[in-house]
Amino acid sequence: MAGLRINHDLAHKLSEAELDAVQKLCAFDAVEVDTEDGLSVNSSCKMCKLCIENGPEGLFEYVESPETTGINMDSKGIAVYVEHTLGKAHPVTFELIGKAKELAKPLGWPVYALLIGCEQDDLAKEISANYDVHVYICNHPNLERFLPEPYTAAFVTFIDIVKPSSVLVGATVVGRSLAPRVASRLRTGLTADCTALELKENGDLVQIRPAFGGNIMARIVTPMHRPQMATVRYKVFDAPVKLQAATPQVTYFDVESVTSRIAPLGIVLKDKTLDIANAEIIVACGRAFTSHKQLSLAKQLADLLGAEVACSRPLVEAGLVEPARQIGQSGRTVKPKLIITLGVSGAVQFTAGMKNAETIIAVNSDKDAPIFSVAHYAVVGDVFEILAQLIKQISEATTNNNNNTPEKEEQFCYRGEYV
Amino acid sequence: MNIIVCVKQVPGTTKVAVDENTGVLLRSGVEAKLNPYDLYALETAVQIKQTYGATITVITMGPPQAAEAVREAFALGADNGIMLTDMAFAGADTLATAYALAGGIGTRCKYDLIVCGKQTTDGDTAQVGPSLAEFLDIPHMSNVISIDKAGSENIHVSADIGEYVGAYEIKLPCAITVDKGIYVPRLPSYKRMLESVKQEITVLGLEDLADTNPKMYGLSGSPTQVEKIYQPEAEAGQVIIDGSPNDIASRLCHELRELKYL
Repeated sequence: MAGLRINHDLAHKLSEAELDAVQKLCAFDAVEVDTEDGLSVNSSCKMCKLCIENGPEGLFEYVESPETTGINMDSKGIAVYVEHTLGKAHPVTFELIGKAKELAKPLGWPVYALLIGCEQDDLAKEISANYDVHVYICNHPNLERFLPEPYTAAFVTFIDIVKPSSVLVGATVVGRSLAPRVASRLRTGLTADCTALELKENGDLVQIRPAFGGNIMARIVTPMHRPQMATVRYKVFDAPVKLQAATPQVTYFDVESVTSRIAPLGIVLKDKTLDIANAEIIVACGRAFTSHKQLSLAKQLADLLGAEVACSRPLVEAGLVEPARQIGQSGRTVKPKLIITLGVSGAVQFTAGMKNAETIIAVNSDKDAPIFSVAHYAVVGDVFEILAQLIKQISEATTNNNNNTPEKEEQFCYRGEYV
Repeated sequence: MNIIVCVKQVPGTTKVAVDENTGVLLRSGVEAKLNPYDLYALETAVQIKQTYGATITVITMGPPQAAEAVREAFALGADNGIMLTDMAFAGADTLATAYALAGGIGTRCKYDLIVCGKQTTDGDTAQVGPSLAEFLDIPHMSNVISIDKAGSENIHVSADIGEYVGAYEIKLPCAITVDKGIYVPRLPSYKRMLESVKQEITVLGLEDLADTNPKMYGLSGSPTQVEKIYQPEAEAGQVIIDGSPNDIASRLCHELRELKYL
């Protein structure tokens, strides 16, 4: 059985002060001083292995599981799940195809796209032709819209036929519902919301994401199982360039059972009102903002720049800003051309949702704020004083430059409600 | 109706950091709390109980101190509590967690409905709910935004699927994960809080589950493994702007003009 092993002889030789220091190595209070064994590890252990790395040599040891179960080393290739609504693929699909092709290239692996739906032949051909991937399609009237059970059945059938080494799924609502069900049926690993992916020569997919609810990142691997599954959010990777030349390569497959214990009763399409993910410029407010009055200043700046206002989690929790404007791991991932963060400290959960922006200007009074680790421009100072000055100077500059430009005028008059 | 609510104790803060010199994870010093998303799951169960009648059992997996999360759930309206705690469960990823929870629920409970929060604030994966449903071989619906009707054979819900909101009739038993905003979570009742101290929590270990193979749980039962954890590095080539607010604003205006945003 895999786990941590403590060298008890060594543990018994430690002084009280040393035992105390060893206990403090663990951020999760999992190391306990034990009169019998010297030291023991309790069930709070997260297997982060930092005690092995930082403790006295040989005191902690990681014991691997001897057997390799379920691993099919012959599996090759990367498969991407195609999410679609009303005959249109979700753009995260293309970003994942682009990434999959980039990862697969050095190993000469094929890239597959999996399309589950009803009469989606045209979409299958289009994707195959535009991105030069082999599309597998499962068509059935019961698969018209996402339902967890029949979609899982089709997904698992596809994996059984193609045996891909890695599977990438968009971390959309559907992806986050479907992928865990598929991974559990296959008893394989699934890493949610990866912010970076690498492929080792041996085919191991390195999945990088924020971990332990802290300001730290983890490299996660699935060494003993295939396929290795990962979900990735929209706008984390770049969309690839379309190719026009390729001849579509489409393979049809059937699924044995499309039964569902869930009966769809109807759908209501959502208004495409606000989506901060589509904004080219974003002004993001953080914990420094505590009132609607302060937020209206951010809105003023946003209007001057033609930007959308967004925020970090505390503002949504405080009820100051609507959830649709939240950036981060539990909000939206954005990739604007420019983002100006105001009074955002920058926990990894936040930065994971915006660090791929082309230009990041961060304003914070604390020069050690973690947001500065991702910022291209680190502005240290009082957020509201700077904001007031900035609004003043930009207003002056734009009125001087753009006299009588009605288009701009209209933009200035726009006051969207964001509360 | 018998309702199970899955809860998790999470760190009270997200400020875990790595000491750059020693590589040691720095403790937050802030207490653990009930995962905020689980409040919505509990409230959903309580609302169903109030409208249709139900018994609510909360289940959690964690170290012994996670019992606090169960007591918090008692104060919020749960009737029974189950805690899975065993060294064999340590280091579990979402798959091994869901497998253990499924074992605890499957061997100990009669249930019609399982309610989970949308995700946890420490892992943010949203995977345990669907994974649990798969292990129990029951249907699941994620991102449920309203409970429209609950009967003895099925439940009607609306779920936010991203591009659209769907209405569904789901056969019981089933699992749902509920989004923030489905109901407004109530504050804990002081009376219940006092009573909760005496309330018994069923503690289950590995031997109490149907599958007692330790290789299926904790780190051994987790296909994903943490290879390394590290603090993200600062990007090179950063421009630092400081000075008086006036100077800073001028510099920023200049940069914005250079970048063609003005």
